[in-house]
Amino acid sequence: MKFLQGFLKMDRRIIFALVIVAIVVPMVYPMHLKVHSSPPVENLYREIENLKPGTPVVISFDYDPSTDAELTPMAYALIRHCFKRHLPVIAMTLDPGGAGIALNVLTRTAKEYHARPGVDYAFLGYKTGVEAVILALGRNFNLAYPADYYNVPLDKIPLMKRTRNYADVGILITLSAANYPDVWVPYARERFGVKLAAGVTAVMAPEYYPYLETGQFCGLIGGLKGAAEYEELVGEPGTGSRGMDAQAVVHALMVVMIILGNVAYFIVEQKKKRDYASQ
Amino acid sequence: MHISTSIWVWIAAALTLCIYSFLYKDNPFYKFAEHLLVGVSAGYLLVIEFTNNIIPNLFTPLKTGFTTLFTEGRATGDLAAIIPGLLGVLILTRLLPKVGWMSRWALGFYFGAWQGLIITGSMQASILAQIYGTFIQGNHPVFSIALFGDMVNKFGWGTLIGAISGPLMILGVIATLTYFFFSTEHKGLVGGTAKIGIVFLMVGFGASFGYTVMARVSLLIGRINFLLSDWLGIVH
Repeated sequence: MKFLQGFLKMDRRIIFALVIVAIVVPMVYPMHLKVHSSPPVENLYREIENLKPGTPVVISFDYDPSTDAELTPMAYALIRHCFKRHLPVIAMTLDPGGAGIALNVLTRTAKEYHARPGVDYAFLGYKTGVEAVILALGRNFNLAYPADYYNVPLDKIPLMKRTRNYADVGILITLSAANYPDVWVPYARERFGVKLAAGVTAVMAPEYYPYLETGQFCGLIGGLKGAAEYEELVGEPGTGSRGMDAQAVVHALMVVMIILGNVAYFIVEQKKKRDYASQ
Repeated sequence: MHISTSIWVWIAAALTLCIYSFLYKDNPFYKFAEHLLVGVSAGYLLVIEFTNNIIPNLFTPLKTGFTTLFTEGRATGDLAAIIPGLLGVLILTRLLPKVGWMSRWALGFYFGAWQGLIITGSMQASILAQIYGTFIQGNHPVFSIALFGDMVNKFGWGTLIGAISGPLMILGVIATLTYFFFSTEHKGLVGGTAKIGIVFLMVGFGASFGYTVMARVSLLIGRINFLLSDWLGIVH
């Protein structure tokens, strides 16, 4: 009984320490837990697999460094998949904090696959005015981006010369930590009919399942788990897969603490009621 | 173990540990890191917006327009940038109480344009498409007698879930919307349906909370991964 009462009054800093240990130990000593892919991730994987080599894929890095841990692993997995399938990647961002992340991910992955700038990939950079940019891209990429991130006019870039608007794009994927997918759907998908998918943080994933059910999204990657699933499908384990061991251990710790906490609470309350009744 | 020799990695690691020191208790290191984050974020965003928005969309067209006007004596379309520039200045008058009322003109223009853009798009994407998707998915009705027939003929978890998931979803949507319908008192049939809606709402909130917990743990994993791999080089 003393243990249970002590458990209920435990200093929360002990729980913080246990969580940190639960993350560090599996990262230092990996357990290599199997990651099973889910249908929304498999759908996106299949859509990219079915694209003809040479079909441009647009990836919009609509997030900033605060959600880098969840979204960058899926960005790496997606770009690696595209380069493996010889699908040129056009990267852009509607979020002011996303340009640096997009440039870093794109150039690092391009180096791995010896991708050529301007031919196998292009980086358009950040443009303000979310809805206006999305609508302009549907008519002509030049309207929103007269030049790329390096100030090279778009009509001087071989990849962009043959990608005039959404009709030339195989799929558009928005990686977002805010409500950017809510703007991509009506203005890109509904208005211009471009195939659309999203990679979002785990917090946002439940609210975008309705778009998946109606077919407005052809696929959805949710959080670090989704990134790990995509890495598994592509066959390139990365940060997402490495994080799953730690995620599993922390979740198990939380379940144990919740069960113990509830059991302790009810037992202690029952004892208090018995002691009160016997007085 | 290969400790990083990059000064920026060391600074990032130090700031990460300063922020996490709050878990023990509030302290000056945490306060310093927090204020630094706010200041750097504001400064970075200001520079990004100024170089990516103000300069190419306002300064450059005005410079080109005025140059052509004064050297060649003809007005070009670039001078039209004066209008949004003026509207932007009017918004800034909000900071001056005596003339702050002028900001309402600019804000009215902005909201009107934005509403015009968003209403048609949202109606199509968020309302009509979702109503359609509630009853039809992949060109098949979600409520189908044939699926119940399959369940009876070949009973199993797959056929059971296939048969009831559609009607359950329709019930959930109608019940949840009824909960938020306040034009009639929640009594009788309406009250009962609203109570069912509460159950669906709670299931939805529970799933959302579970995802939120996973998201927060993922962000912590990301930071620990940075400390262990990029900074200390313990994990590769």
